[in-house]
Amino acid sequence: MKRRAFLLILACGILCGVVAAATIGPQSGGELRFCVRADPKTFNPILVEEEPGETVRYLTGGVLIRLNRITQELEPELAMSWRVINGGRTIQFELRDGLRYSDGSALAASDVAFTMNTLLDPKLHSITGDMFRTGPGLISAGVTGRNKIEITFPQPVAGLARFFDQVPVVSPRALALAAQPAQMPVAGPYRIEEYKPGSHVLLVRNPYYWKRDAAGHPLPYLDRVRISIQQNRDLEMLRFLRGELDFVVPVDPESFDRLAAHARAEAVDAGSSLDAEFIWFNQVASAPIPAYKKAWFQSQEFRRAISEAINREDICRVVYRKHAVPAAGPVSAANRFWFNSRLKAQPHDPAAALARLKQAGFRTVGGGLQDRQGNPVEFSLITNSGNKTRERMAAMMQQDLAGIGIKLNVVPLDFPSLLERISRSFNYEASMLGFVNVDLDPNGQMNVWVSSAEMHQWNPSQKSPATAWEAEIDRLMLAQSSELGPRKRKALFDRVQEIVWEEAPFVYLVNPNALSAISTRLKNVQPSVLRPQTFWNVERLTLAP
Amino acid sequence: MVLHRLLRACVSTGLTILLGGLFAATLARFAPGFGVDEREFDPRRGVASLQDLRARRQAVGNIVSYYGGYLARMAQGDLGVSQSLGRPVAELLAERLPVTAKAAGAGLLLGWLPGLLLALATCRPSKTLDLAAGVLSALLLCLPSAVVALALLFAAPTGLRPSVAVGVAVAIVVFPRVLRFARGILGQVAVAPHVQMASAKGVGPYRILIAHILGPALPSLLALAGVSISVAFGAAIPVEVITDSPGIGQLAWQAALQRDVALLTSLGILVTTITVAANSLAGVVQDCLRQETA
Amino acid sequence: MSSLRRLAMLILVLVYAAGLAANWLAPAHYAAQFRDAPDAAPSRKFPLGTDAVGRDVLSRLIYGTRVSLVLAPAAAILATMVAGLLGGVAGYLGGGMEAVILRAADLFVSLPWLFLLITVRAMLPLNVPPVESVLVTFLLLGLLGWAGPARVVGATARVIRRQDFVLQARASGSGGFRLLALHVLPNLKPILLAQFWISVPVFILSEANLGFLGLGVGEPVPSWGGLLREIENVQAVAANPWLLAPLALLVVVVGCFHLLTPPEDYSK
Repeated sequence: MKRRAFLLILACGILCGVVAAATIGPQSGGELRFCVRADPKTFNPILVEEEPGETVRYLTGGVLIRLNRITQELEPELAMSWRVINGGRTIQFELRDGLRYSDGSALAASDVAFTMNTLLDPKLHSITGDMFRTGPGLISAGVTGRNKIEITFPQPVAGLARFFDQVPVVSPRALALAAQPAQMPVAGPYRIEEYKPGSHVLLVRNPYYWKRDAAGHPLPYLDRVRISIQQNRDLEMLRFLRGELDFVVPVDPESFDRLAAHARAEAVDAGSSLDAEFIWFNQVASAPIPAYKKAWFQSQEFRRAISEAINREDICRVVYRKHAVPAAGPVSAANRFWFNSRLKAQPHDPAAALARLKQAGFRTVGGGLQDRQGNPVEFSLITNSGNKTRERMAAMMQQDLAGIGIKLNVVPLDFPSLLERISRSFNYEASMLGFVNVDLDPNGQMNVWVSSAEMHQWNPSQKSPATAWEAEIDRLMLAQSSELGPRKRKALFDRVQEIVWEEAPFVYLVNPNALSAISTRLKNVQPSVLRPQTFWNVERLTLAP
Repeated sequence: MVLHRLLRACVSTGLTILLGGLFAATLARFAPGFGVDEREFDPRRGVASLQDLRARRQAVGNIVSYYGGYLARMAQGDLGVSQSLGRPVAELLAERLPVTAKAAGAGLLLGWLPGLLLALATCRPSKTLDLAAGVLSALLLCLPSAVVALALLFAAPTGLRPSVAVGVAVAIVVFPRVLRFARGILGQVAVAPHVQMASAKGVGPYRILIAHILGPALPSLLALAGVSISVAFGAAIPVEVITDSPGIGQLAWQAALQRDVALLTSLGILVTTITVAANSLAGVVQDCLRQETA
Repeated sequence: MSSLRRLAMLILVLVYAAGLAANWLAPAHYAAQFRDAPDAAPSRKFPLGTDAVGRDVLSRLIYGTRVSLVLAPAAAILATMVAGLLGGVAGYLGGGMEAVILRAADLFVSLPWLFLLITVRAMLPLNVPPVESVLVTFLLLGLLGWAGPARVVGATARVIRRQDFVLQARASGSGGFRLLALHVLPNLKPILLAQFWISVPVFILSEANLGFLGLGVGEPVPSWGGLLREIENVQAVAANPWLLAPLALLVVVVGCFHLLTPPEDYSK
């Protein structure tokens, strides 16, 4: 009797284990822990503008299409298929069956229409919506059948489909609850469980998430995601080393090398990122700087000579500890499709720089360079203070330019003061900043390259292009934005990159590598150079026990 | 007479606090970079969004009328909304002030007790003690307090709260100042004729210390105490920034970098209130002591 | 003079002399970058190692003496004098004038002077020579550093005002400015000296923080404050303890300043 009872209990136990394994999946459970720099300003996915908010949105939002950060190809998500028709003006989606939000309510095609209409409401000023705005006119978004939706734009939108990677589908109820994030229904792998200002955001698994792995196990594997708010990078790294965090991204080169020295497996260099560091000269005609300096900065020969005098290899080796590559132009090699592989980074050649300057009328007098009028070549370079990497790059450039007789004054400024000078008063001579590229497609940089745009940094908001080459860039950028064929677009944008290389309005310095620290406990990680670099496939991440 | 003095004190205190808020708002309003938002530099942002963002940032307008409106709202308990953090200022202050107050308070206690005791001990001439006090205060004055706080967080076992590190850092700032000033104050009283007389009459050293040195030095020490409260709060600010402690120091730094006038006005009033209140309290106690001895 | 004071004097003379003779003493120019040896450990070529861009730390420490050990004490003297004058006048006069000065001091302490410093930077030309930028920095530090100690000085002056020797001087016909200058201010010496000793290292450290606002010493001119900023990277210091050398030297120098005025001098 006792034996039979024992066998029965054993059988039940085995059966439970089998059922559990079948339903939970391999290595499930656990909490993913990492940090962001600041509190999310909003949890409303339509209005998110900054990185912490975008992080939460990525983890909780269900999108129609997802960009695979490794292959850089689009993959179906909530939409099982899509079609771009009507010359790039219309996109049709077919949603999967049985989609639900985290509160169990059904996700309908009408929610997609609601999302797009809200996103493009001009009163909301959503920057996610701004990506879709290529011209005047209204969009129309309507349900065309069961699980089918069609969205039509007033103008063609080049690369339309990939924008939906950043558009989570929301219901009217979700938006109404955006101020109470723990109540907000979402369609992504996680939902918000708790938000403590200044401390953390806690996400828990969405029990109604549609995705399953190849064996049919429900995703995500991890139960929770804890996003701590930590501004100090040294403290963040300390917490990682103590095992309190599962990854840190980005990591500065110094900390990366220290980590690699004692925990090689946890220091991950994913190669060249999409970002770039660069300097530019103030070419604004009305800038309150001496006319002779404006003449220097407007001279292509001067800009090219400065570019030739800077030793990018040394910057990569010394400042970035070989975790960077010299930059050739606005697109890094990490952007496989759009990078113009014909362009090479300017090599360090002070003799060529001096020769070019002499050709432009400059001459060396007593070890210092002077222009035709006898003005000593001296200018200031502003950059944002507190950024040690930039301060070190500036110190190295100072010595490089001293080698050809140019005196460079490095002026670190607090960020608002710097922004005020480069966008309002134009009271600066040269500036050094960096681009954080979140978008592969050059359309994301329209506001930089078009001469009438605010972010055409060296001479913004031009009523008409000040130079022939800027007019040419305007023409090429507008042409590629309305061209649907990828090869033709690439050819057009390749030419833009070539003009930028020749004219050097931005003197590109380096493309830093994407460095991260990843715990060996974290499995299925595929670090990418595209953001979010480490957790882009969060639903498949697992933690070893 | 007392009522008159009290009224004058209240008016001058109130005026100082109001001026503190106004000057803080004015300094922030006219600082370079006001009205510029780094979100403008997101290349995804369209023209209309950019204009809307700029219009919202410039909403302060004339600073005097802004401040008048602020005071009217403050009377109803509304301190406005922080532009940089998107949350009510009152909520932010209520969350963060206790963190700083606890850290600054602990730091004051940790700094004052040993500082005062060591200063009292040096009233009795001793070259060794004097040398030790000098070296210790020199060392602590030279140590960047924020670095000490960071080093504590790095060296301490897991789970040390940043506010504890802030408290220790504040103590490191306060201690050498208390030691130096208190030594000077007590040292001066120690050589006064009445102390020499008491010593000649055979009064014991501890009684001399408490009754004849500490007593007369109390008014100056109280002034030092009042000043050290504002020193402690001032020291907490950069340390909170570096250690990520969620107090008003970190809030003030973020507000300053974002030129967040609403938050800075409230913080200006708060810090002025703390400073004036601490010094006024010290002054009231000094006056009471003076009246007792008179 | 005791042997300890003689030693302190000798150390200070050597440090100042080293700063003056930097061009001959320093192994390398402060701006020279040895790019093959960034963050190098101490060696015969680089006795205190190199910084992140390969500059010899010992050379920068020696050259930095010129800026920090001349200007920081000068700024400290300015702050102390202003605190002494205003605090002394407040405590001496009492009444309404005392209340006004001390309230002004409270206001001064409470305000976010960060914005004034940012505005000053905005008003300076971008190509300001490093010497001018440094002078402006320390002038600002001196002018802003008086408010805290003024209260303590005022309280002490109030006590002194009521002392017998002052009453006697008043009874003898001394009054006004003469009484303040000859009887009150000299007795504030211990407090003022304490303030001075505190201000010197504080201003050296503050200069480093002002670099964050674009003030402070411009690259590549070194200062002790700038060198001390490197120790904010605690992990780097733990791995490379020689990074603490500037801090050690600063402690020695400040300690020497202190040793030059022993407590028994307070009564004189």
